[in-house]
Amino acid sequence: MTSAVSFQKVSRHFGSVRAVDAVDLDIVPGEFFAMLGPSGSGKTTCLRLIAGFEQPTSGSISIFGERAEGVPPYRRNVNTVFQDYALFPHLNVLDNVAYGLMVKGVGKPERHKAAEEALSLVRLPGYGARRPGQLSGGQRQRVALARALVNQPKVLLLDEPLGALDLKLRENMQEELKSLQKALGITFVFVTHDQGEALSMADRVAVFNDGKIMQIGTPEDIYQRPKTRFVADFVGSSNVLPPDFVQLYSGQHRWGSLRPESIRVGRAASGEGVSARLVSTNYLGATTKLALDADGLRLHAIVPAGTALPVEGEAVVLTFNREHLHLMDEPA
Amino acid sequence: MSLDAAMPRASAPAILPGSGGLRGALSDLFWRKPKVLLLLMLLPPVLWLGIVYIGSLFALLAQSFFSIDEYSGLINRQFTLKTYGDLLQAANLDIILRTVTMAALVTLASAIIAFPIAYYAARYARGRWKALFYLGIMLPLWSSYLVKIYAWKLILAKEGILTWLFGKLHLQWLIDAWLSLPVVGGNSLSVSFTGTFIVFVYVWLPFMILPVQAALERVPGNLVEASSDLGASPGQTFRNVLFPLALPGIVAGSIFTFSLTLGDYIIPQIIGTSRLFIGQAVYSQQGTAGNIPLAAAFTVVPIVIMGFYLWGAKRMGAFDAL
Repeated sequence: MTSAVSFQKVSRHFGSVRAVDAVDLDIVPGEFFAMLGPSGSGKTTCLRLIAGFEQPTSGSISIFGERAEGVPPYRRNVNTVFQDYALFPHLNVLDNVAYGLMVKGVGKPERHKAAEEALSLVRLPGYGARRPGQLSGGQRQRVALARALVNQPKVLLLDEPLGALDLKLRENMQEELKSLQKALGITFVFVTHDQGEALSMADRVAVFNDGKIMQIGTPEDIYQRPKTRFVADFVGSSNVLPPDFVQLYSGQHRWGSLRPESIRVGRAASGEGVSARLVSTNYLGATTKLALDADGLRLHAIVPAGTALPVEGEAVVLTFNREHLHLMDEPA
Repeated sequence: MSLDAAMPRASAPAILPGSGGLRGALSDLFWRKPKVLLLLMLLPPVLWLGIVYIGSLFALLAQSFFSIDEYSGLINRQFTLKTYGDLLQAANLDIILRTVTMAALVTLASAIIAFPIAYYAARYARGRWKALFYLGIMLPLWSSYLVKIYAWKLILAKEGILTWLFGKLHLQWLIDAWLSLPVVGGNSLSVSFTGTFIVFVYVWLPFMILPVQAALERVPGNLVEASSDLGASPGQTFRNVLFPLALPGIVAGSIFTFSLTLGDYIIPQIIGTSRLFIGQAVYSQQGTAGNIPLAAAFTVVPIVIMGFYLWGAKRMGAFDAL
């Protein structure tokens, strides 16, 4: 099967900066693919390489089996939802959505009808006559989505589309985007720095750092079985355990990771385990996050809210199921 | 601890006493009633603008409704539309038509030349290149207007550098062919409408470039990317996104180039034919001819034309993107 998007040893350098460094990537048609990483990790440049705003310094990119190097954005059947939406301020919502059809020469009644349908799809029917400036952030985001979808792209690119929305709206949009993607069957490529967003929405996630892909896998893979310290730390802020510590529990001298929710915190007198001191507690609603100091090793634990907690500064004992201790590929 | 020094002591009051005196009272008043301060700041310029500037303009308008006694040369201070009737004489209409045509052509040419320069400056020029751009645009404005025009007279003269350059390039026939054309031609470029046009465009170009550049600077780069992403070729992006968003800047610039050309009397005096432009007509009517009412009526023409121009531009939606 041909990949929706395929990168072979793709690099993009800006002067001496290697924004994207020899990346290999295959995105399966119809999947919801997330590119996750901190800012400056190269994920957005990868998206721009797919859209055609950037050209690779070396390597080759193909979209549904067709070579894309040197092909301008306007000849790619790929559409983008921009981070700040990039709606045309001088056009009303309907003409914004109909823009792609307009430049392709579709007649006015026909393209306005298609634009109306796209607006209904994103649950903004009847908003066509308004100006983008009159809409809220969430509504603009939907218009940007409708404007891209009306062209029926082979691949839809989303550049941190939810970044500017408030928490409640963001959660709603996450669900909506996911169900929209399932209904339309279009390949979505989603760039985000929010690991929660990537894990909850994507079929597969690529974790970027320093222009390279650290790991590609399902959200569960990435979360439960991080391959490197960076992935363990960045995705869900796992506890990264040094080889000496890991050796005590697994017998192998390798870096390990342990999820905060896998750690149980007991009173110092309650028995065997890693002795530590409670540094601080951080109430998060459904859970409470504890910062712990185990003889110089800083650990985090997450316990359900309502658990009886030791006071800050008190000595505690940490226990965990050894199966939850994950050994990473990264050399010690 | 060093923090203590910066913290207010427990004994410090929560509300500080007024600083007292007239200054303190005024500060408090301005804070409570910001409009008083605004009024005080605006009063002098409004008085100046209202009395001296608008006042003199109205005095001028009033003059245009007087008439001149053709025998005695005295001004008859009685309301009449006779002077405006004189304006419609064929010779005077010719002057108006000639000036408006020139202003329109100068504006069009300025817009066409200014756009790529402004686009480069807004999109690509950074740091030192941007400074160079501003310097290049502003530098001609710092030197004397008359010096520039006389310089152009030398450039465009029959023995001037332009003729010399075209001769070296074996293109003398091009200039000759152009000069042999009716209306735009003449004995040499410096005594033709073509010469007047070139110098007008040169002198007013900065007034077109700067507003267009400001308008383009406000167009986020990702709108151009979005247009391209949605399938628009560069030409379509220009027509559908860049041009409409730059239009308010082009209109602002054209207000300068158009009205400045309508009113100028020095450039056509020094470079061009002996046929008059509105500015020259005003100058000669209020000077040698002593016909202040007709001079005033001529002055009203550009004001009315600009009024219609702005009204038309607004109706065409030139300001929608503001």
